[in-house]
Amino acid sequence: MTGDSTAGKAAGKAEKAAGKPESTARTGLGQGPGRLLVMLYGVFTVAAASRSVYQLIAQYQEAPLAYILSAVSAVVYAFITVSLVRGGEGARKAAFVCCALELLGVLTVGTWTLADPSAFPDQTVWSDYGMGYLFIPIFLPVTGLLWLRKARRG
Amino acid sequence: MIDALTVALGVTALLLAAWCGFAAYRDQPTKDWHFIGMAVVALLAIVQLVIGVVRLAGGADPQQGVAIFVAYLIGSALAVPIAAFMSLTERTRWGSATVSAAAVVLAVLEVRLYDIWGGVGG
Repeated sequence: MTGDSTAGKAAGKAEKAAGKPESTARTGLGQGPGRLLVMLYGVFTVAAASRSVYQLIAQYQEAPLAYILSAVSAVVYAFITVSLVRGGEGARKAAFVCCALELLGVLTVGTWTLADPSAFPDQTVWSDYGMGYLFIPIFLPVTGLLWLRKARRG
Repeated sequence: MIDALTVALGVTALLLAAWCGFAAYRDQPTKDWHFIGMAVVALLAIVQLVIGVVRLAGGADPQQGVAIFVAYLIGSALAVPIAAFMSLTERTRWGSATVSAAAVVLAVLEVRLYDIWGGVGG
């Protein structure tokens, strides 16, 4: 018991020392710069999920491929958000794979929408490399991968 | 009415983003003054939500659909409070950066809301 409380206090102090590697190494991925990533991934989860749910229900016939891709991106974003919040080595690895997948998705869909616009009568989150979303969709996975790599070393 | 509020919210959200961004730049966590600023912006967003719902109940018809309009209203009302809680538990510059990013998201939501409502008087 006493051991636990001292450890807790020490951890608290480490955290107070302003986002230094000790605190990120212990608990996790959602602290320091990771906090910003959690927020952005959360926003994109909500954006992609609500968009795809609405479009799949209201206008599925118009552009099924675009809406299904939006739904897929929503799942990927949601998974990364949860992994970042949960923390731990397993979550870090899983999030790493998903960020790579996400980057691949943005690049593929981005190129696809430019090469064959007729396949996409309506936009997805990843259309034109995320242009409709201030290009954040293409920066986010890169930042995520860098952060997740750093979190392992820290 | 709702247009003026949308513009006001967009502007105050950007001010909040700049302010908290500056705090992050100076390596500071969010402080009491920042939270007062967040409270003001959050309050405006809640007023906007209430007015929006009242106007819908009064028979107004947003150009791009009621469902999307309500979803954006709720999103705008939640953005800053959620970021505020996240910065409460992250007492570093990254807490400030998080609030700053959320405020930018809010400003973008306001631009979209303006379009969804129809961008005309009212």
